[in-house]
Amino acid sequence: MTLHRKPEYGRVNRGKPINFSFDGKIYSAFDGDSLASALLAHGVHLVGRSFKYHRPRGFVAAGPEEPNALVTFDRGPGRVTPNVRATTLEVFDGLVAHSQNNWPSLTFDMGAVNDLFYMLFPAGFYNKTFMWPKSFWDRVYEPAIRKMAGLGPAPIDEDADIYASQYMHCETLIVGAGPAGIAAALAASEKPGRVILVDEQYEFGGSLLSTPNMVINDIPAWQWLEDSLAILKARENVTLLTRTTVIGYYHENFLGAVERITDHEKDLSSHKPRERLYKIRAGEVVLATGAIERPLVFQSNDRPGVMLASAAHTYLNRYGVVVGEKIALFTCHDSAYEVIFDLADAGISIAGVIDVRDQVSETIIAAAKARNIEILTGTIVSGTSGKFRVSSLRASKIEDGKITSTWEIACDCLLMCGGWTPSIHLFSHSKGSLKWREDLGAYIPDNPNENVISVGACNGTFGLRKIMTEGAGGSTEYQVNAGAFGSGIIPATFPTEGDPAKVKAFVDFQNDVTEKDINLAVREGLKSIEHVKRYTTTGMATDQGKTSNLNALQIAAKAVYKPVQQVGLTTFRPPYTPTTFGALVGGKDGHSFHVIRKTPMDGWAEDHGAVFEPVALWRRARYFPRDGEDMLAAVNRECLTTRCSLGIFDASTLGKVEVIGPDAAEFMNRMYTNPWLKLKPGSCRYGLMLGEDGYIMDDGVIGRLAENHFHVTTTTGGAPRVFRMMEDYRQTEWPELDVWLTSTTEQWAVIALNGPNARKLIEPFVEGIDLSEEKFPHMAVREGRICGVETRLFRVSFSGELGFEINVPAHYGRALWETLFIAGQKYDITPYGTETMHVLRAEKGFIIVGQDTDGTVTPMDVGMSWAIGKKKKDFVGKRSLSRPDIMAEGRKQLVGLLTDDPNIVLEEGAQLIANPEQSIPMDMIGHVTSSYWSATLNRSIALAMVKNGHALTESNVYIPMPGKIYKAQVSKCVFYDPNGERLNVI
Amino acid sequence: MLLIKCPYCQEDRPEIEFSYSGEAHIARPLNPDDLSDEEWAEYLFIRSNRRGLHHERWLHAHGCARFFNALRDTVSDKFELTYKMGEPKAQVKK
Ligand SMILES: [Zn+2]
Repeated sequence: MTLHRKPEYGRVNRGKPINFSFDGKIYSAFDGDSLASALLAHGVHLVGRSFKYHRPRGFVAAGPEEPNALVTFDRGPGRVTPNVRATTLEVFDGLVAHSQNNWPSLTFDMGAVNDLFYMLFPAGFYNKTFMWPKSFWDRVYEPAIRKMAGLGPAPIDEDADIYASQYMHCETLIVGAGPAGIAAALAASEKPGRVILVDEQYEFGGSLLSTPNMVINDIPAWQWLEDSLAILKARENVTLLTRTTVIGYYHENFLGAVERITDHEKDLSSHKPRERLYKIRAGEVVLATGAIERPLVFQSNDRPGVMLASAAHTYLNRYGVVVGEKIALFTCHDSAYEVIFDLADAGISIAGVIDVRDQVSETIIAAAKARNIEILTGTIVSGTSGKFRVSSLRASKIEDGKITSTWEIACDCLLMCGGWTPSIHLFSHSKGSLKWREDLGAYIPDNPNENVISVGACNGTFGLRKIMTEGAGGSTEYQVNAGAFGSGIIPATFPTEGDPAKVKAFVDFQNDVTEKDINLAVREGLKSIEHVKRYTTTGMATDQGKTSNLNALQIAAKAVYKPVQQVGLTTFRPPYTPTTFGALVGGKDGHSFHVIRKTPMDGWAEDHGAVFEPVALWRRARYFPRDGEDMLAAVNRECLTTRCSLGIFDASTLGKVEVIGPDAAEFMNRMYTNPWLKLKPGSCRYGLMLGEDGYIMDDGVIGRLAENHFHVTTTTGGAPRVFRMMEDYRQTEWPELDVWLTSTTEQWAVIALNGPNARKLIEPFVEGIDLSEEKFPHMAVREGRICGVETRLFRVSFSGELGFEINVPAHYGRALWETLFIAGQKYDITPYGTETMHVLRAEKGFIIVGQDTDGTVTPMDVGMSWAIGKKKKDFVGKRSLSRPDIMAEGRKQLVGLLTDDPNIVLEEGAQLIANPEQSIPMDMIGHVTSSYWSATLNRSIALAMVKNGHALTESNVYIPMPGKIYKAQVSKCVFYDPNGERLNVI
Repeated sequence: MLLIKCPYCQEDRPEIEFSYSGEAHIARPLNPDDLSDEEWAEYLFIRSNRRGLHHERWLHAHGCARFFNALRDTVSDKFELTYKMGEPKAQVKK
C-alpha cells in the first residue's frame, strides 16, 4: 500500500518506525504520529459513524477540537478508554484502537438506516416522540436508542491504573505554548517570579509546528522554537509541562490541569501514575490558547475527506502526510490560501478554490496564478458525492443570493475554512465578560473577572507578528517574514439547490445537528440560544461545540432576524476537554476513598471475628458471630447473655465534649432542655438538645465532675455538628459566658459493661471508688483508677441492666478491654456490637436520635416532656415548642407496636394504616422506625411514629408489607422491665 | 476555589478550610418568650437571600475554629471583606 507521506516534510521520526492496530488491522507509523496522522498516511479517512444517523465520518481537524474521529483506546482489561480523539492520541509501538458506534462494522452499519429515515429524527425528536406511554420508556424506547445511538461503551473493568495529584503555585501561569505563549513565557521568566508554561500537546509550538516556512527575527520558525525552548529550560524559575491540558479555570486564579503521563508509553511496568491532576494557584494567568478554524455549513459537509484547511496544513507540515491527491478548497477567508499554496508547493494537485466572496486580493490572485490554481469567486459548494470518501463536489455560482448554475468538480479531499473562533473557553470559565467582534464573527475576551490577560489568537489578535508581540506584552518587537492573516466574511448559511428541507448541512458533527434542526427549533419558538442548544443538542457533545457553537449561533441569529449579540452565547463549563474520572479521583479510591475512623479496640474486634458496619465515619463492630452463627443467632445469644450475666461493648465512638469554666453550668442550661444548675457534682443526667426550631437534635448522658466541669457525651454521628453548634452559640450569641469547650471524642476509650454481673467484674480492678449501691447509685459518675489507670467511671445503662461506662485514656482502651474480657470468662462474658445494643435499648424504649427521630420530632412527640426544664426561662429551641404547628393536634408520636403474630418482624420504614379495607392510595398514618426480634421477650417488637399515637394505645393498626398486610397493637414504648428494677441489682 | 482571609488568623487561606454558617447579623432575641409567633418565625426562618453583596457568617473550621463575618458577592462568589464577630456590620458601598 502506498503511503501518503512527503519524505521531506514533517517532524515525525522516520528513524523510529512503529506498528499499531486499528479495528484489528496492523498499520505502520512513525514515532511522533498521532493516530489520525498515521491512519491518514495509509489513506484511511473513514474512522467512525455519526451519533444519530450513523453516517460515515472522517477526520475534520488535527487537534483537540476534532468532533468525529472518536476511538476506543484499548490497552487491555482495566485500561480501555472510549471516546478518545484520534487526533490527540499519540501512536506508540503496539497501540490498539477501535472505531465506535458501528455494528457490525464501519463499512456496513445497521444503524445507517437512521439516515434514510431522517425525517423521524428532527430537532427535539426525543422530547416530542418518546413521551407516551410512560411504560414504553424503560422497555422499548430506551434500549432501542441505547443500542442505535451513543458513543463508545463505558469500560466495565476496574481501572488498573493509578492516578496522582499535586498542588502548584506560581507567579505567572501561561496556558498554551504556541507563538504567543512562548513569547509570553520568555518575557515573564526574565523577571524573578515562578513561571509555569503548559500545553496540551506532546511538544510545544502550537501553530508554529504547522508553519515551518515562517521566519521569526531572521530565524526559521522551527529553529526559533528550539532556541526559545532551550532558553526557557535553562531558566530556573520556569516549569514546562507538555501533555498537560488545563481543564478548568476557577476562582482566584485556581486552575486544574491534567498531565497525561503513560498513555503514550509502550511499557507500563514502571508503575508511574497514568495521569496527574495539578491544582495550580497562579498570581497572574496568561491565556494563549489560540483559535479554532470554523467549518462551513453546506450540504453533505460531513463526508469523509471534507476537513478544515488548517488540519490539512498540520498533517502536511507537522506529520508529512498528504490528505488527498486532488484537493479542493472552499473558503470565505484569506487564511486558507496559505494552506492551499503550501499543498501546491508540495506537488499536490489542486482541484480548485471555491471562494464565497465576490473578490479576493490581488496578492492572492497573483500567488494562485503562479501555482496555476483556479479561484472561483462568488461560488459555493452546494454538495458532495462519494460513498466513504468524497469523490467530487458540486460548485454553484451565486447571484443575488440564488444559485444560477451548478457543476461537478472531481476531488478526493475538500478543505473548508469558515473563519476563526478564538478559544475563549478558559476565559469564560473564569467568568470574564465577552464582546462581539463583527469582523471576526466571534466573541473575544472583554472584562476579566480574575487577574488574567489573553494574548494572541484567543484574544482576537491574528497574524504571527502581532500575536508574538502581544504575547511578549510589548517587551519585545518580533519581526516575521510573512503570515499576514488577511480577512474574511462570515456567511453563516448558503442558498441551496432544490428543497431546503431535504438538505443535510451539519453544524454539530458529533451530535448530528444540522442547519435545518436549528431553524426548526427557532420556528418552534425557542429564541434563546440556551434553549436552542438544549432542544437541538447542538454544542452538547463531548467537544462542547468547539467547532460548531459560532455557526449554530449565527444560524439562529439569522433565523430570528437579530444581531448575534442579542441571541447570546452558550456558557462554557469545565472541563475544557473530556477528562478521566481517574484524574479527578486521584489516589482517593478504594481504601483511601474516605477516612475510616477506628476505635482503640477495633483490632481486638477484628481478631475476634466481628462483622463491622459503618456509623458516620467510624467502623463499628455490629455483632460477634461464633461457630457459623448468622446475625440473628449471634444477636439473640449476645442479648440473652447480657441480660442474664454480662456483655461488653465498645462505646468509644460516642462524641465527648469537655465543658469547663465558671459559667459551664449556665452554658449547659442554655444548650440543653434539662435543668443543670442544681445537678450535684458526681451525678449524671440524660441531656436532650434541640435545634432552635424545637426539633430534637441530639442526646446523651452528661456527667458533672465538678462545680465548673461537665463531661458531655453526644451521639456518634452527631458529635461534629453538636460541637459546632455549641461553639457557634458560645462564640457568637453568648460571648459573655466564661466557658471553654474541647472535643475529647478520641481522647477516651469507652467500655460499656452491662448485665447483672457488671459490678462483680470490675470491683477487683477499681481503686478509689466505692462501687456500692448506696455510694455509687445509678446515674452517678466518679473519678478513680481501674487497673491502675485513671478513669471516669459512669454508672449508666443503655440496656436497662446494671451498667457501667468506663472511660480511660484512649491508648489504654485495648489493654483494659482484654483484661476485663479474660476476667469476665467466669461470667460467660460476651462481646456485643451495635445490633445487640439496638435491640437492648429498643426493649427499653430508648430512642436513637436519627433513627426514631428525623429532624421534625419534638420532645413531646417522643414522650420526653419530662426532659424539659419547665421552670427555665430560656434554652435553645424553647420558644419554638410553643409554635402553633408544634402545639397542633395530629402530630406523629412515638409508640410501641406488638404484631398479632409475634414471629413477624416488621420492616423498618414500613407505613402504617388504620384500615386495611380502604382503596389504594391508602391513608398513611405513620411509619415503623425501629423493629427487631427480641430474644428476651421471645417475640418481635417495634417502635413507630404514628399520628396521635399516644391516644391510640391498645388499638390496632395495620402494616402493609410485600405480599401481606400485618396487624399490630399499639403499646407503650417500654417492652421490658417497665419499672427499671434490673438497674439496681445488688 | 476561593481564597478567604480569616480575620483572626490574618491570612488568606483556601476555601476548603472554611465552612459556611448562614446569614450574618441575625442576633438571637434576648427574650424569645416575649416574641409573637410571627416575630419568632421571622427570626427563625426568614433570610434575605440577596443577589449581590451579602453578609454571611463563616467558620474557619480547619484552622482557628472561630466564626467570623463576611461581606460576599453572591453573583461573583467573591469576598469583599471579612471581619471579627462583634465588629459593626460592614457597610455596602453603592
Ligand atoms: Zn482562622
